[in-house]
Amino acid sequence: MGDLYHSCMTSAIRVRNLVKTYPGKPPVEAVRGLNLDVPIGQCFGLLGPNGAGKTTTLEIVEGLLDATSGEVEVLGRTWAEDARSIRELIGISLQETRLSDKLRVIETLQLFRSFYSKGIEPEAALALVSLQEKAQSQVVKLSGGQRQRLAVACALIGDPELLFLDEPTTGLDPQSRRELWNVIRELQTRGRTVILTPHYMDEAERRCDRVAIVDHGQVIAEGSPNELILKLGGEHVVDFAVSGAALGEAEIAGLPSVRSVRVENDGFNLTVEEPAVALPAVMGLVQKVGAKLERLTTRTATLEDVFVNLTGRHLRDDK
Amino acid sequence: MKSNALWQLTLARFREFYREPAAVFWVYGFPLVLAVVLGLAFRDRPVEKIEVDIVSDNATEHAEKLEERLAGDERLKITLNSAAEARNRLRTAKTSIVVIPSETGASEYLFDPNRPECVLAKNAVDNRLLRSGPNPPALPAESKIEEPGGRYIDFLLPGLIGTNLMGGGLFGVGFLIVDMRVRKLLKRFLATPMRPRDFLLSLMFSRLVFVLVEIAFLLAFGYFAFGVRVQGNWLALIAMILLSAVAFAGLGLLIACRAKTIETVSGLMNLAMLPMYLFSGVFFPSDRFPAVVQPFIQILPLTATNEGLRAIINDGAGFGAIIQPALILIGWTVVCFALALKLFRWR
Repeated sequence: MGDLYHSCMTSAIRVRNLVKTYPGKPPVEAVRGLNLDVPIGQCFGLLGPNGAGKTTTLEIVEGLLDATSGEVEVLGRTWAEDARSIRELIGISLQETRLSDKLRVIETLQLFRSFYSKGIEPEAALALVSLQEKAQSQVVKLSGGQRQRLAVACALIGDPELLFLDEPTTGLDPQSRRELWNVIRELQTRGRTVILTPHYMDEAERRCDRVAIVDHGQVIAEGSPNELILKLGGEHVVDFAVSGAALGEAEIAGLPSVRSVRVENDGFNLTVEEPAVALPAVMGLVQKVGAKLERLTTRTATLEDVFVNLTGRHLRDDK
Repeated sequence: MKSNALWQLTLARFREFYREPAAVFWVYGFPLVLAVVLGLAFRDRPVEKIEVDIVSDNATEHAEKLEERLAGDERLKITLNSAAEARNRLRTAKTSIVVIPSETGASEYLFDPNRPECVLAKNAVDNRLLRSGPNPPALPAESKIEEPGGRYIDFLLPGLIGTNLMGGGLFGVGFLIVDMRVRKLLKRFLATPMRPRDFLLSLMFSRLVFVLVEIAFLLAFGYFAFGVRVQGNWLALIAMILLSAVAFAGLGLLIACRAKTIETVSGLMNLAMLPMYLFSGVFFPSDRFPAVVQPFIQILPLTATNEGLRAIINDGAGFGAIIQPALILIGWTVVCFALALKLFRWR
């Protein structure tokens, strides 16, 4: 009966009306009625600015934090009833974890392997992240990127159905990044699910099957990267700045083929449908008010543009 | 080949310990250094020198006669002084007794009964005068007994073993837990199927192995360097050591169960250890403290440990003598573990 139920399951993760409030004066509402569906076999990206409630949501789904209210199902099971069984099936890699310095790489993997009743051999996990040469090195001797790969290996050692990766490609050179994405792809071909919080937006756009954008404790957009870009209303972006005379947002918004206008830094960021129509219109306006064009670029819209449009912030505050 | 989780966790504790040279020094080297330094400072020495002042400004002849009689005891270092000068020297501890001779023959002693050296001086002078008088009583024969068992180092070593058990339990377990919490490693483990009891048991097992090695080392050192022998039942000694190790591990667990930083747990541990260092009879007997604090001192785990260890090592006792210390330690164990498991924070 249990197996029949599980084979009908299409979501790896199902969240309904998740609420998490931290006590305080005033209380902090980290998650405010969040809904999420992560289909099985997908590479799912969870995006959101700092303080959006993204990390809190993930920790609740990973079983590391209790929800204030709401439903959470992981692989068709709930934490309240099936905690041990869920833990056998998931693997997580947390950015903030610092593994024991004095243990060797292989010893660390042996330790984690011993927790699971089923899994892969430590040597196999090392091969997946290309760390075989460092098997006998102590963790303290590894570089940042190598430690990152070890953390991913620890997440893979239980041969998980569902993998949570927190900024997995941070600090990795391009070769290692490619290898990691190959591992993720290979997991997907075997029907496994991967949910990650990407560090690099271009990776999220290229590699994730679906993404969800979280802000202010709720999912504000969800779909494949292409779907979200289309929803922007325009697949092209025009970025320009002027000097000498002021331009009003409303005026620009009224130009043909311009879908949205945003003031950014010293200029304007527009999403447009057809550059061939919008560009001449913008030039005309600039000339009409007697302003001087300082810069102008045009490109195709990216997930980053969607993100900034919806949240008003960039994924990483250092931008 | 899958290895058992408890075994892997315990193995990890061993590896982390012996790969950290600083930890190895503090655990093995430090008690040795303490034992050597204190053992040397307080080593047995025969009483060498007793300062005696005789007042000579009034009855000079009598003073000189007294000096002659007292000269028979080589330890007495006699000085003749005026009354005022002698009293001042007594007050400032430059002399241990002032003898005032009189014409009638019966001298007067001035001394401070609170200072052991004054009591010693008075008894030595008394003794000398008695034996050098006109009709000395029959002199008892003297046989010197200088065997190990009652020396300061015999008293000190069990105290150092107890301290080692305390430090090991508190820092070994407590520090480790807080360090893993700070590194977010506890949180990482929480996400795996690892059973919390396996983790705690691994701490206990590794602690017990470390303890047996450490104590064997200390006892061997005590024997070869100072001739300290275990007079009593070895099995009772091992039982005592294990009970104490578990009790202190429980205390360490309790102190660390919610602490979020190394600074916090360090402060809490020092707070717990300091009263025991002072009151539990590590360096001197705990019965020197007033009677009103004795009940409090007796229930401290380190006091129970030291008393049990001394009963076996110095007094040659067996299981019978350690029932009370064992019960106190078991009490601490049960309470600490019960509370710690209830309050434990993984994040």
